[in-house]
Amino acid sequence: MKKLVISIVLVNLLASCASEKPKEPEAAVPESAPVVTAPVATPEAAPAPAPAPVVAVDPLNDPANILAKRSIYYPFDVSAVQDADKPIVLAHAKYLSEHLDRKIRVEGNADERGSNEYNLALGQRRADGVKKMLELGGAKAGQIETASYGEEKPKATGHDEASWSQNRRSDIKY
Amino acid sequence: MVLRALRSMIGLLLLAQASVANAALDIEIIGAGEHQIPVAIVPFGGDGKLAQAINEVVVGDLTRSGLFRLVDLAGKSPHELAEVSYPDWQVRGADALAIGTVAVQTNGRIEARFRLLDVVKQVELIGQAVSANGDQVRAVGHRVADLIYEKLTGDKGVFGTRIAYVNRQGRKFSLLVADSDGYNEQTVLAQNEPIMSPAWSPDGSHLAYVSFETGRATIYVQSLYTNQRLVLANFRGSNSAPAWSPDGKQLAIVLTRDGSSQIYLVRSDGSGVRRISFSGAIDTEPNFSPDGQTLLFTSDRGGSAQIYSMPAEGGAGQRMTFGEGNNFSPRYSSDGKGFVYTHYINGKFYIATQDFQNGQVEILTAGGWEKKPSFAPNGKIILFASEARGRGILATVSSDGRVQQRMFTQSGDAREPVWGPHL
Repeated sequence: MKKLVISIVLVNLLASCASEKPKEPEAAVPESAPVVTAPVATPEAAPAPAPAPVVAVDPLNDPANILAKRSIYYPFDVSAVQDADKPIVLAHAKYLSEHLDRKIRVEGNADERGSNEYNLALGQRRADGVKKMLELGGAKAGQIETASYGEEKPKATGHDEASWSQNRRSDIKY
Repeated sequence: MVLRALRSMIGLLLLAQASVANAALDIEIIGAGEHQIPVAIVPFGGDGKLAQAINEVVVGDLTRSGLFRLVDLAGKSPHELAEVSYPDWQVRGADALAIGTVAVQTNGRIEARFRLLDVVKQVELIGQAVSANGDQVRAVGHRVADLIYEKLTGDKGVFGTRIAYVNRQGRKFSLLVADSDGYNEQTVLAQNEPIMSPAWSPDGSHLAYVSFETGRATIYVQSLYTNQRLVLANFRGSNSAPAWSPDGKQLAIVLTRDGSSQIYLVRSDGSGVRRISFSGAIDTEPNFSPDGQTLLFTSDRGGSAQIYSMPAEGGAGQRMTFGEGNNFSPRYSSDGKGFVYTHYINGKFYIATQDFQNGQVEILTAGGWEKKPSFAPNGKIILFASEARGRGILATVSSDGRVQQRMFTQSGDAREPVWGPHL
Protein backbone atom coordinates (compact mmCIF):
# COMPACT_ATOMS: atom_id res chain seq x y z
CA MET A 1 0.00 0.00 0.00
CA LYS A 2 2.79 2.37 0.96
CA LYS A 3 4.49 1.66 -2.32
CA LEU A 4 1.34 2.58 -4.18
CA VAL A 5 1.05 5.90 -2.38
CA ILE A 6 4.63 6.71 -3.19
CA SER A 7 4.20 5.93 -6.84
CA ILE A 8 1.09 8.10 -6.99
CA VAL A 9 3.04 10.96 -5.46
CA LEU A 10 5.76 10.35 -7.98
CA VAL A 11 3.30 10.38 -10.83
CA ASN A 12 1.84 13.63 -9.54
CA LEU A 13 5.28 15.13 -9.30
CA LEU A 14 6.04 14.06 -12.82
CA ALA A 15 2.73 15.40 -14.03
CA SER A 16 3.19 18.74 -12.33
CA CYS A 17 6.60 19.28 -13.81
CA ALA A 18 5.60 18.00 -17.22
CA SER A 19 5.86 20.69 -19.80
CA GLU A 20 4.43 20.31 -23.30
CA LYS A 21 6.35 17.17 -23.81
CA PRO A 22 5.40 14.28 -21.61
CA LYS A 23 8.05 12.81 -19.40
CA GLU A 24 8.22 9.39 -20.76
CA PRO A 25 8.97 6.71 -18.25
CA GLU A 26 12.36 5.98 -19.79
CA ALA A 27 11.86 3.18 -22.22
CA ALA A 28 12.01 -0.10 -20.48
CA VAL A 29 15.57 -1.14 -20.88
CA PRO A 30 16.19 -4.83 -20.64
CA GLU A 31 17.50 -5.30 -17.17
CA SER A 32 20.59 -6.96 -18.47
CA ALA A 33 24.30 -6.36 -18.26
CA PRO A 34 25.33 -3.67 -15.92
CA VAL A 35 28.61 -2.59 -17.50
CA VAL A 36 30.82 -5.60 -17.32
CA THR A 37 34.34 -4.97 -16.18
CA ALA A 38 37.10 -7.34 -16.98
CA PRO A 39 38.20 -9.56 -14.13
CA VAL A 40 41.22 -8.03 -12.48
CA ALA A 41 44.22 -10.25 -12.51
CA THR A 42 45.53 -10.99 -9.05
CA PRO A 43 49.07 -9.81 -8.29
CA GLU A 44 50.34 -13.27 -7.42
CA ALA A 45 49.01 -14.63 -10.65
CA ALA A 46 50.92 -16.39 -13.33
CA PRO A 47 53.81 -14.64 -15.00
CA ALA A 48 52.03 -13.97 -18.25
CA PRO A 49 48.56 -12.73 -17.43
CA ALA A 50 46.10 -13.25 -20.18
CA PRO A 51 44.95 -10.01 -21.75
CA ALA A 52 41.75 -8.79 -20.20
CA PRO A 53 38.89 -9.99 -22.34
CA VAL A 54 37.24 -7.12 -24.17
CA VAL A 55 33.55 -7.11 -23.40
CA ALA A 56 31.65 -5.17 -26.00
CA VAL A 57 28.69 -3.53 -24.34
CA ASP A 58 25.79 -3.14 -26.68
CA PRO A 59 24.85 0.55 -26.41
CA LEU A 60 21.28 -0.55 -26.81
CA ASN A 61 21.42 -1.99 -23.32
CA ASP A 62 22.96 1.09 -21.71
CA PRO A 63 20.27 3.01 -19.85
CA ALA A 64 22.38 6.14 -20.08
CA ASN A 65 22.61 5.96 -23.86
CA ILE A 66 20.20 7.94 -26.02
CA LEU A 67 19.21 4.59 -27.57
CA ALA A 68 17.36 3.88 -24.32
CA LYS A 69 14.82 6.41 -25.52
CA ARG A 70 12.40 4.51 -27.70
CA SER A 71 9.38 6.82 -27.91
CA ILE A 72 8.73 9.80 -30.18
CA TYR A 73 5.97 12.26 -29.22
CA TYR A 74 3.82 14.53 -31.38
CA PRO A 75 1.53 17.54 -31.20
CA PHE A 76 -2.18 16.99 -32.01
CA ASP A 77 -2.87 15.75 -35.56
CA VAL A 78 0.81 16.06 -36.51
CA SER A 79 2.84 13.18 -37.88
CA ALA A 80 6.25 14.75 -38.55
CA VAL A 81 9.03 13.95 -36.07
CA GLN A 82 9.58 17.10 -34.00
CA ASP A 83 13.05 18.70 -33.79
CA ALA A 84 13.41 17.74 -30.15
CA ASP A 85 13.04 14.04 -30.97
CA LYS A 86 15.16 13.95 -34.12
CA PRO A 87 18.38 13.08 -32.23
CA ILE A 88 16.64 9.99 -30.84
CA VAL A 89 15.58 8.79 -34.28
CA LEU A 90 18.97 9.54 -35.80
CA ALA A 91 20.76 7.70 -33.00
CA HIS A 92 18.66 4.61 -33.74
CA ALA A 93 19.36 5.10 -37.45
CA LYS A 94 23.08 5.09 -36.76
CA TYR A 95 22.81 2.03 -34.57
CA LEU A 96 20.81 0.17 -37.20
CA SER A 97 23.26 1.15 -39.93
CA GLU A 98 26.03 -0.36 -37.81
CA HIS A 99 24.03 -3.45 -36.93
CA LEU A 100 22.47 -4.56 -40.18
CA ASP A 101 21.35 -7.81 -38.56
CA ARG A 102 19.06 -5.93 -36.17
CA LYS A 103 15.44 -5.40 -37.08
CA ILE A 104 12.93 -3.10 -35.46
CA ARG A 105 9.24 -2.44 -35.47
CA VAL A 106 7.91 1.12 -35.27
CA GLU A 107 4.40 1.34 -33.81
CA GLY A 108 2.39 4.52 -34.31
CA ASN A 109 -0.34 5.60 -31.92
CA ALA A 110 -2.79 8.49 -31.73
CA ASP A 111 -4.93 10.16 -29.11
CA GLU A 112 -8.66 9.54 -29.20
CA ARG A 113 -9.65 12.83 -30.82
CA GLY A 114 -10.74 11.77 -34.29
CA SER A 115 -12.48 8.70 -35.65
CA ASN A 116 -10.87 5.34 -34.89
CA GLU A 117 -10.05 4.86 -38.57
CA TYR A 118 -8.60 8.35 -39.01
CA ASN A 119 -6.45 7.75 -35.95
CA LEU A 120 -5.28 4.42 -37.33
CA ALA A 121 -4.17 6.25 -40.49
CA LEU A 122 -2.53 8.99 -38.44
CA GLY A 123 -0.63 6.45 -36.33
CA GLN A 124 0.54 4.70 -39.48
CA ARG A 125 1.74 8.00 -40.94
CA ARG A 126 3.64 8.70 -37.72
CA ALA A 127 5.33 5.30 -37.82
CA ASP A 128 6.13 5.63 -41.52
CA GLY A 129 7.60 9.10 -40.87
CA VAL A 130 9.94 7.61 -38.28
CA LYS A 131 10.88 4.88 -40.74
CA LYS A 132 11.69 7.43 -43.43
CA MET A 133 13.93 9.37 -41.05
CA LEU A 134 15.66 6.16 -39.96
CA GLU A 135 16.38 5.38 -43.60
CA LEU A 136 17.74 8.88 -44.19
CA GLY A 137 19.98 8.29 -41.19
CA GLY A 138 21.45 5.15 -42.73
CA ALA A 139 19.13 2.31 -41.69
CA LYS A 140 17.98 -0.06 -44.41
CA ALA A 141 14.29 -0.33 -45.30
CA GLY A 142 14.38 -4.07 -44.71
CA GLN A 143 15.34 -3.53 -41.07
CA ILE A 144 12.16 -1.61 -40.28
CA GLU A 145 8.57 -2.78 -40.08
CA THR A 146 5.83 -0.26 -39.31
CA ALA A 147 2.37 -0.71 -37.84
CA SER A 148 -0.30 1.46 -36.28
CA TYR A 149 -2.61 0.92 -33.35
CA GLY A 150 -4.37 4.26 -33.81
CA GLU A 151 -6.28 4.98 -30.61
CA GLU A 152 -6.88 1.29 -29.86
CA LYS A 153 -4.10 0.76 -27.33
CA PRO A 154 -3.90 3.94 -25.25
CA LYS A 155 -1.06 4.15 -22.76
CA ALA A 156 -3.11 6.59 -20.69
CA THR A 157 -6.90 6.50 -20.68
CA GLY A 158 -8.03 9.93 -19.48
CA HIS A 159 -9.96 12.38 -21.65
CA ASP A 160 -7.38 15.09 -21.09
CA GLU A 161 -4.19 16.48 -22.54
CA ALA A 162 -2.09 14.73 -19.89
CA SER A 163 -3.27 11.40 -21.30
CA TRP A 164 -3.49 12.45 -24.93
CA SER A 165 0.10 13.68 -24.99
CA GLN A 166 1.25 10.21 -23.84
CA ASN A 167 -0.79 8.54 -26.56
CA ARG A 168 0.41 10.62 -29.53
CA ARG A 169 3.47 8.48 -29.88
CA SER A 170 5.61 6.24 -32.00
CA ASP A 171 7.43 3.41 -30.24
CA ILE A 172 10.61 1.88 -31.56
CA LYS A 173 10.72 -1.79 -30.63
CA TYR A 174 13.78 -3.98 -31.07
CA MET B 1 -24.43 -15.18 -51.79
CA VAL B 2 -21.56 -12.79 -51.85
CA LEU B 3 -18.66 -15.04 -51.20
CA ARG B 4 -18.61 -17.87 -53.64
CA ALA B 5 -14.91 -18.40 -54.06
CA LEU B 6 -13.43 -18.28 -50.61
CA ARG B 7 -9.72 -18.01 -51.01
CA SER B 8 -7.63 -19.28 -48.16
CA MET B 9 -10.50 -20.19 -45.95
CA ILE B 10 -9.60 -20.30 -42.32
CA GLY B 11 -11.62 -22.28 -39.86
CA LEU B 12 -12.09 -20.19 -36.78
CA LEU B 13 -10.26 -21.63 -33.85
CA LEU B 14 -11.05 -18.70 -31.69
CA LEU B 15 -14.02 -18.62 -29.43
CA ALA B 16 -16.93 -17.96 -31.69
CA GLN B 17 -19.63 -19.93 -29.96
CA ALA B 18 -22.89 -18.07 -29.73
CA SER B 19 -22.87 -16.96 -26.14
CA VAL B 20 -26.30 -15.67 -25.44
CA ALA B 21 -26.45 -13.08 -22.72
CA ASN B 22 -29.95 -12.13 -21.89
CA ALA B 23 -29.27 -10.25 -18.71
CA ALA B 24 -31.13 -6.99 -18.65
CA LEU B 25 -29.75 -4.01 -20.43
CA ASP B 26 -30.27 -0.63 -18.92
CA ILE B 27 -32.00 1.54 -21.49
CA GLU B 28 -32.75 5.24 -21.04
CA ILE B 29 -35.01 7.20 -23.34
CA ILE B 30 -34.82 10.96 -23.68
CA GLY B 31 -37.37 13.05 -25.56
CA ALA B 32 -40.45 12.11 -27.57
CA GLY B 33 -41.64 12.33 -31.15
CA GLU B 34 -43.59 15.34 -32.29
CA HIS B 35 -46.80 13.38 -32.84
CA GLN B 36 -47.05 10.31 -30.67
CA ILE B 37 -49.63 7.75 -31.75
CA PRO B 38 -51.70 6.50 -28.79
CA VAL B 39 -51.82 2.73 -28.95
CA ALA B 40 -53.05 0.00 -26.58
CA ILE B 41 -51.04 -3.24 -26.56
CA VAL B 42 -52.86 -6.03 -24.74
CA PRO B 43 -50.68 -8.95 -23.60
CA PHE B 44 -51.57 -11.94 -25.74
CA GLY B 45 -53.76 -14.76 -24.48
CA GLY B 46 -52.69 -18.40 -24.48
CA ASP B 47 -49.29 -19.32 -23.03
CA GLY B 48 -48.97 -16.71 -20.27
CA LYS B 49 -45.20 -16.87 -19.89
CA LEU B 50 -44.59 -16.53 -23.64
CA ALA B 51 -47.21 -13.81 -23.90
CA GLN B 52 -45.49 -11.81 -21.17
CA ALA B 53 -42.07 -12.13 -22.82
CA ILE B 54 -43.43 -11.07 -26.20
CA ASN B 55 -45.36 -8.17 -24.69
CA GLU B 56 -42.22 -6.79 -23.06
CA VAL B 57 -40.42 -6.77 -26.39
CA VAL B 58 -43.31 -5.16 -28.31
CA VAL B 59 -43.88 -2.47 -25.68
CA GLY B 60 -40.14 -1.84 -25.39
CA ASP B 61 -39.66 -1.46 -29.13
CA LEU B 62 -42.60 0.88 -29.65
CA THR B 63 -41.69 3.00 -26.63
CA ARG B 64 -38.07 3.39 -27.65
CA SER B 65 -39.04 4.63 -31.09
CA GLY B 66 -40.52 7.70 -29.41
CA LEU B 67 -43.38 7.62 -31.91
CA PHE B 68 -45.97 5.91 -29.71
CA ARG B 69 -47.75 6.58 -26.43
CA LEU B 70 -48.81 3.40 -24.63
CA VAL B 71 -52.40 3.67 -23.45
CA ASP B 72 -53.28 2.28 -20.01
CA LEU B 73 -55.26 -0.96 -20.34
CA ALA B 74 -57.31 -0.39 -17.15
CA GLY B 75 -57.71 -4.11 -16.57
CA LYS B 76 -59.21 -4.90 -19.96
CA SER B 77 -57.66 -7.83 -21.78
CA PRO B 78 -59.49 -8.89 -24.92
CA HIS B 79 -57.72 -11.52 -27.01
CA GLU B 80 -60.29 -12.23 -29.74
CA LEU B 81 -62.11 -9.82 -32.00
CA ALA B 82 -65.45 -10.76 -30.41
CA GLU B 83 -64.16 -9.62 -27.00
CA VAL B 84 -63.30 -6.10 -28.17
CA SER B 85 -65.58 -3.26 -27.15
CA TYR B 86 -64.38 -0.28 -29.20
CA PRO B 87 -65.97 2.40 -26.95
CA ASP B 88 -63.77 1.17 -24.04
CA TRP B 89 -60.69 2.11 -26.06
CA GLN B 90 -62.10 5.28 -27.59
CA VAL B 91 -62.70 6.57 -24.07
CA ARG B 92 -59.04 5.99 -23.24
CA GLY B 93 -57.92 7.90 -26.32
CA ALA B 94 -56.35 4.95 -28.12
CA ASP B 95 -56.12 5.22 -31.88
CA ALA B 96 -55.11 1.61 -32.29
CA LEU B 97 -55.40 -1.61 -30.31
CA ALA B 98 -53.28 -4.76 -30.62
CA ILE B 99 -54.65 -8.12 -29.39
CA GLY B 100 -53.84 -11.76 -29.98
CA THR B 101 -52.92 -15.18 -28.69
CA VAL B 102 -49.72 -17.18 -28.58
CA ALA B 103 -49.10 -20.90 -28.33
CA VAL B 104 -46.32 -23.46 -28.71
CA GLN B 105 -47.13 -25.79 -31.55
CA THR B 106 -46.53 -29.53 -31.59
CA ASN B 107 -43.34 -29.04 -33.62
CA GLY B 108 -41.96 -26.73 -30.92
CA ARG B 109 -42.42 -23.52 -32.85
CA ILE B 110 -44.03 -20.48 -31.33
CA GLU B 111 -47.01 -19.07 -33.16
CA ALA B 112 -48.56 -15.73 -32.33
CA ARG B 113 -51.81 -14.74 -34.01
CA PHE B 114 -52.42 -11.08 -33.64
CA ARG B 115 -54.67 -8.29 -34.85
CA LEU B 116 -54.15 -4.57 -35.01
CA LEU B 117 -57.45 -2.67 -34.84
CA ASP B 118 -58.28 0.91 -35.77
CA VAL B 119 -60.23 2.02 -32.72
CA VAL B 120 -61.68 5.13 -34.35
CA LYS B 121 -62.86 3.50 -37.58
CA GLN B 122 -63.51 0.18 -35.83
CA VAL B 123 -61.82 -1.86 -38.53
CA GLU B 124 -59.06 -4.45 -38.57
CA LEU B 125 -55.74 -3.10 -39.89
CA ILE B 126 -53.73 -6.31 -39.60
CA GLY B 127 -54.68 -9.91 -38.96
CA GLN B 128 -51.58 -12.06 -39.10
CA ALA B 129 -49.79 -15.07 -37.68
CA VAL B 130 -46.10 -14.73 -36.75
CA SER B 131 -44.09 -17.85 -35.99
CA ALA B 132 -40.52 -18.65 -35.04
CA ASN B 133 -38.40 -21.36 -33.47
CA GLY B 134 -39.08 -21.97 -29.81
CA ASP B 135 -35.95 -20.14 -28.68
CA GLN B 136 -36.73 -17.00 -30.64
CA VAL B 137 -39.34 -15.40 -28.46
CA ARG B 138 -37.78 -11.96 -28.84
CA ALA B 139 -37.78 -12.30 -32.62
CA VAL B 140 -41.57 -12.85 -32.49
CA GLY B 141 -41.93 -9.70 -30.39
CA HIS B 142 -39.76 -7.66 -32.76
CA ARG B 143 -41.76 -8.89 -35.75
CA VAL B 144 -45.08 -7.92 -34.13
CA ALA B 145 -43.65 -4.50 -33.23
CA ASP B 146 -42.38 -4.04 -36.80
CA LEU B 147 -45.83 -4.83 -38.23
CA ILE B 148 -47.50 -2.35 -35.87
CA TYR B 149 -44.86 0.30 -36.58
CA GLU B 150 -45.15 -0.12 -40.35
CA LYS B 151 -48.93 0.05 -40.39
CA LEU B 152 -49.18 3.10 -38.15
CA THR B 153 -46.21 5.16 -39.40
CA GLY B 154 -45.91 4.09 -43.05
CA ASP B 155 -42.18 3.40 -42.59
CA LYS B 156 -40.53 0.00 -42.64
CA GLY B 157 -39.82 -1.31 -39.16
CA VAL B 158 -36.27 -2.04 -38.02
CA PHE B 159 -36.90 -3.72 -34.65
CA GLY B 160 -36.16 -7.12 -36.18
CA THR B 161 -32.79 -6.06 -37.63
CA ARG B 162 -29.43 -6.57 -35.95
CA ILE B 163 -26.48 -4.43 -34.97
CA ALA B 164 -22.76 -5.19 -34.64
CA TYR B 165 -20.30 -3.52 -32.29
CA VAL B 166 -17.03 -4.03 -30.48
CA ASN B 167 -16.82 -4.40 -26.72
CA ARG B 168 -13.53 -3.56 -25.01
CA GLN B 169 -12.92 -4.79 -21.51
CA GLY B 170 -9.41 -4.13 -20.32
CA ARG B 171 -7.24 -5.75 -22.98
CA LYS B 172 -9.99 -8.04 -24.20
CA PHE B 173 -11.87 -7.16 -27.37
CA SER B 174 -15.05 -8.86 -28.58
CA LEU B 175 -16.92 -8.42 -31.83
CA LEU B 176 -20.61 -8.82 -31.05
CA VAL B 177 -23.84 -9.05 -33.00
CA ALA B 178 -27.09 -8.24 -31.18
CA ASP B 179 -30.75 -7.43 -31.77
CA SER B 180 -31.48 -3.78 -32.55
CA ASP B 181 -32.36 -3.26 -28.86
CA GLY B 182 -28.98 -4.63 -27.74
CA TYR B 183 -30.37 -7.93 -26.39
CA ASN B 184 -29.57 -11.42 -27.57
CA GLU B 185 -25.93 -10.69 -28.20
CA GLN B 186 -23.67 -13.25 -29.82
CA THR B 187 -19.89 -13.25 -29.87
CA VAL B 188 -18.42 -13.34 -33.37
CA LEU B 189 -14.77 -13.00 -32.31
CA ALA B 190 -13.04 -12.57 -28.95
CA GLN B 191 -9.33 -11.93 -28.47
CA ASN B 192 -6.71 -9.84 -26.69
CA GLU B 193 -5.92 -7.64 -29.68
CA PRO B 194 -8.03 -4.73 -30.93
CA ILE B 195 -10.96 -5.17 -33.32
CA MET B 196 -12.32 -2.25 -35.35
CA SER B 197 -14.73 -1.19 -38.06
CA PRO B 198 -17.25 -4.00 -38.45
CA ALA B 199 -19.20 -3.71 -41.73
CA TRP B 200 -22.27 -5.75 -42.72
CA SER B 201 -22.50 -7.33 -46.13
CA PRO B 202 -25.67 -6.03 -47.87
CA ASP B 203 -27.45 -9.37 -47.34
CA GLY B 204 -26.50 -9.51 -43.66
CA SER B 205 -24.70 -12.84 -44.03
CA HIS B 206 -21.13 -11.65 -43.44
CA LEU B 207 -19.18 -9.12 -41.42
CA ALA B 208 -15.98 -7.52 -42.67
CA TYR B 209 -13.83 -6.11 -39.87
CA VAL B 210 -10.32 -5.07 -38.89
CA SER B 211 -8.41 -7.23 -36.42
CA PHE B 212 -4.88 -6.77 -35.07
CA GLU B 213 -4.22 -10.43 -34.30
CA THR B 214 -1.47 -10.55 -36.97
CA GLY B 215 0.32 -7.65 -35.25
CA ARG B 216 -1.03 -5.12 -37.70
CA ALA B 217 -4.43 -3.95 -38.89
CA THR B 218 -5.72 -6.75 -41.16
CA ILE B 219 -9.12 -7.01 -42.85
CA TYR B 220 -11.16 -10.20 -42.47
CA VAL B 221 -14.51 -11.26 -43.88
CA GLN B 222 -16.43 -13.73 -41.72
CA SER B 223 -19.66 -15.64 -42.30
CA LEU B 224 -22.18 -15.17 -39.50
CA TYR B 225 -23.70 -18.55 -40.31
CA THR B 226 -20.62 -20.80 -40.49
CA ASN B 227 -18.08 -18.55 -38.71
CA GLN B 228 -15.63 -19.36 -41.51
CA ARG B 229 -13.54 -16.42 -42.50
CA LEU B 230 -10.96 -15.26 -44.99
CA VAL B 231 -8.20 -12.69 -44.91
CA LEU B 232 -9.41 -9.99 -47.28
CA ALA B 233 -6.28 -7.81 -47.11
CA ASN B 234 -3.04 -8.20 -45.17
CA PHE B 235 -0.48 -6.03 -46.94
CA ARG B 236 2.37 -4.28 -45.14
CA GLY B 237 1.37 -1.33 -42.98
CA SER B 238 -2.34 -1.00 -42.17
CA ASN B 239 -5.33 -2.63 -43.88
CA SER B 240 -8.59 -1.11 -42.70
CA ALA B 241 -11.96 0.64 -43.12
CA PRO B 242 -13.83 -2.02 -45.14
CA ALA B 243 -17.08 -0.89 -46.83
CA TRP B 244 -19.28 -3.16 -48.97
CA SER B 245 -20.61 -2.11 -52.34
CA PRO B 246 -24.44 -2.32 -52.48
CA ASP B 247 -24.29 -5.45 -54.68
CA GLY B 248 -21.94 -7.16 -52.23
CA LYS B 249 -19.46 -8.02 -54.99
CA GLN B 250 -16.65 -5.73 -53.89
CA LEU B 251 -15.44 -3.68 -50.99
CA ALA B 252 -13.74 -0.33 -50.70
CA ILE B 253 -10.82 -0.66 -48.29
CA VAL B 254 -7.92 1.47 -47.08
CA LEU B 255 -4.33 0.31 -47.53
CA THR B 256 -0.95 1.89 -46.82
CA ARG B 257 1.04 -0.55 -48.94
CA ASP B 258 1.94 2.18 -51.46
CA GLY B 259 2.49 5.03 -48.98
CA SER B 260 -0.16 6.97 -47.10
CA SER B 261 -3.66 5.64 -46.34
CA GLN B 262 -5.46 5.47 -49.69
CA ILE B 263 -8.71 3.91 -50.91
CA TYR B 264 -8.70 0.71 -52.97
CA LEU B 265 -11.39 -1.57 -54.37
CA VAL B 266 -11.16 -5.32 -53.89
CA ARG B 267 -13.46 -8.20 -54.81
CA SER B 268 -15.14 -9.88 -51.86
CA ASP B 269 -12.81 -12.88 -52.23
CA GLY B 270 -9.74 -10.65 -51.79
CA SER B 271 -8.74 -10.62 -55.46
CA GLY B 272 -8.38 -7.72 -57.90
CA VAL B 273 -7.00 -5.04 -55.56
CA ARG B 274 -7.13 -1.70 -57.39
CA ARG B 275 -6.19 1.74 -56.09
CA ILE B 276 -8.76 4.50 -56.69
CA SER B 277 -7.53 7.46 -54.61
CA PHE B 278 -4.24 9.25 -55.22
CA SER B 279 -4.10 12.14 -52.78
CA GLY B 280 -0.92 11.34 -50.88
CA ALA B 281 -2.82 12.52 -47.79
CA ILE B 282 -4.95 10.38 -45.47
CA ASP B 283 -8.02 9.10 -47.32
CA THR B 284 -10.11 6.74 -45.20
CA GLU B 285 -13.59 5.62 -44.09
CA PRO B 286 -15.07 5.10 -47.57
CA ASN B 287 -18.83 4.51 -47.78
CA PHE B 288 -20.79 3.59 -50.94
CA SER B 289 -23.87 5.51 -52.06
CA PRO B 290 -26.98 3.28 -52.29
CA ASP B 291 -26.65 3.24 -56.11
CA GLY B 292 -23.00 2.21 -55.83
CA GLN B 293 -21.81 5.11 -58.00
CA THR B 294 -20.21 7.39 -55.43
CA LEU B 295 -18.07 7.17 -52.31
CA LEU B 296 -18.05 9.46 -49.33
CA PHE B 297 -14.82 9.38 -47.33
CA THR B 298 -12.70 11.23 -44.76
CA SER B 299 -9.54 12.99 -45.90
CA ASP B 300 -7.06 15.51 -44.53
CA ARG B 301 -5.91 16.53 -48.05
CA GLY B 302 -7.08 20.09 -47.35
CA GLY B 303 -5.05 20.30 -44.14
CA SER B 304 -7.61 18.95 -41.65
CA ALA B 305 -9.97 15.99 -41.53
CA GLN B 306 -13.08 16.71 -43.64
CA ILE B 307 -15.59 14.71 -45.66
CA TYR B 308 -15.21 14.36 -49.41
CA SER B 309 -17.07 12.63 -52.21
CA MET B 310 -15.65 10.91 -55.29
CA PRO B 311 -16.80 8.57 -58.09
CA ALA B 312 -16.58 4.94 -56.94
CA GLU B 313 -14.48 4.11 -60.00
CA GLY B 314 -11.97 6.79 -59.02
CA GLY B 315 -11.64 10.43 -59.97
CA ALA B 316 -11.49 13.86 -58.46
CA GLY B 317 -12.68 14.38 -54.90
CA GLN B 318 -15.18 17.04 -53.94
CA ARG B 319 -15.17 18.53 -50.46
CA MET B 320 -18.52 18.19 -48.66
CA THR B 321 -17.95 19.71 -45.20
CA PHE B 322 -16.76 23.22 -44.47
CA GLY B 323 -16.44 25.59 -41.57
CA GLU B 324 -14.86 25.22 -38.16
CA GLY B 325 -13.85 21.89 -36.73
CA ASN B 326 -13.16 18.45 -38.18
CA ASN B 327 -15.52 15.89 -39.66
CA PHE B 328 -15.28 12.11 -39.80
CA SER B 329 -17.05 8.82 -40.51
CA PRO B 330 -19.60 9.67 -43.25
CA ARG B 331 -22.41 7.21 -44.05
CA TYR B 332 -25.13 7.64 -46.64
CA SER B 333 -28.78 7.56 -45.65
CA SER B 334 -30.61 4.63 -47.24
CA ASP B 335 -32.38 6.92 -49.76
CA GLY B 336 -29.04 8.49 -50.72
CA LYS B 337 -30.38 12.01 -50.15
CA GLY B 338 -28.01 12.86 -47.35
CA PHE B 339 -25.42 11.51 -44.95
CA VAL B 340 -24.65 11.27 -41.27
CA TYR B 341 -21.21 11.92 -39.80
CA THR B 342 -19.20 12.83 -36.72
CA HIS B 343 -18.50 16.51 -36.18
CA TYR B 344 -15.66 17.50 -33.84
CA ILE B 345 -15.27 21.01 -32.51
CA ASN B 346 -13.96 22.59 -29.30
CA GLY B 347 -13.17 19.27 -27.69
CA LYS B 348 -16.58 17.65 -28.31
CA PHE B 349 -17.93 15.15 -30.81
CA TYR B 350 -21.46 15.56 -32.22
CA ILE B 351 -23.62 13.47 -34.53
CA ALA B 352 -24.67 15.53 -37.54
CA THR B 353 -26.48 15.08 -40.84
CA GLN B 354 -26.17 16.93 -44.11
CA ASP B 355 -28.70 17.10 -46.94
CA PHE B 356 -27.17 16.88 -50.42
CA GLN B 357 -29.79 19.01 -52.11
CA ASN B 358 -29.74 22.10 -49.92
CA GLY B 359 -26.49 21.47 -48.06
CA GLN B 360 -28.30 21.95 -44.76
CA VAL B 361 -26.39 20.66 -41.73
CA GLU B 362 -28.23 19.51 -38.62
CA ILE B 363 -26.46 18.77 -35.35
CA LEU B 364 -28.60 16.05 -33.76
CA THR B 365 -26.98 15.54 -30.37
CA ALA B 366 -25.89 17.64 -27.41
CA GLY B 367 -22.25 16.74 -27.91
CA GLY B 368 -19.78 14.70 -25.93
CA TRP B 369 -17.90 11.57 -26.84
CA GLU B 370 -20.15 10.63 -29.77
CA LYS B 371 -18.66 8.74 -32.68
CA LYS B 372 -19.29 6.38 -35.59
CA PRO B 373 -22.94 6.98 -36.57
CA SER B 374 -24.87 4.67 -38.89
CA PHE B 375 -28.49 4.78 -40.09
CA ALA B 376 -31.04 2.09 -39.41
CA PRO B 377 -32.07 0.63 -42.79
CA ASN B 378 -35.30 2.69 -42.72
CA GLY B 379 -33.33 5.91 -42.28
CA LYS B 380 -35.35 6.96 -39.21
CA ILE B 381 -32.88 6.13 -36.44
CA ILE B 382 -29.12 6.64 -36.13
CA LEU B 383 -26.97 4.34 -33.99
CA PHE B 384 -23.71 5.70 -32.59
CA ALA B 385 -21.06 5.18 -29.91
CA SER B 386 -21.33 7.45 -26.91
CA GLU B 387 -20.06 7.64 -23.38
CA ALA B 388 -21.83 7.88 -20.05
CA ARG B 389 -20.97 7.01 -16.46
CA GLY B 390 -17.38 6.67 -17.58
CA ARG B 391 -18.13 3.87 -20.04
CA GLY B 392 -18.46 3.51 -23.77
CA ILE B 393 -22.12 2.85 -24.56
CA LEU B 394 -24.44 2.43 -27.53
CA ALA B 395 -26.86 5.25 -28.24
CA THR B 396 -29.47 6.12 -30.83
CA VAL B 397 -31.08 9.33 -31.99
CA SER B 398 -34.07 9.68 -34.28
CA SER B 399 -33.11 11.28 -37.58
CA ASP B 400 -35.09 14.38 -36.58
CA GLY B 401 -33.06 14.59 -33.36
CA ARG B 402 -36.16 14.40 -31.13
CA VAL B 403 -35.73 11.04 -29.44
CA GLN B 404 -32.53 9.65 -28.00
CA GLN B 405 -31.82 6.46 -26.15
CA ARG B 406 -28.79 5.12 -24.39
CA MET B 407 -28.12 1.43 -24.02
CA PHE B 408 -25.83 0.35 -21.23
CA THR B 409 -24.38 -3.03 -22.03
CA GLN B 410 -23.39 -5.28 -19.16
CA SER B 411 -19.76 -4.29 -18.84
CA GLY B 412 -16.81 -2.85 -20.69
CA ASP B 413 -16.80 -0.18 -23.36
CA ALA B 414 -19.08 -0.48 -26.39
CA ARG B 415 -17.36 0.91 -29.51
CA GLU B 416 -17.69 1.02 -33.27
CA PRO B 417 -21.40 0.14 -33.62
CA VAL B 418 -22.98 -0.36 -37.01
CA TRP B 419 -26.60 -1.07 -37.90
CA GLY B 420 -27.21 -4.11 -40.08
CA PRO B 421 -29.51 -4.44 -43.09
CA HIS B 422 -33.02 -5.85 -43.38
CA LEU B 423 -32.74 -9.61 -43.74
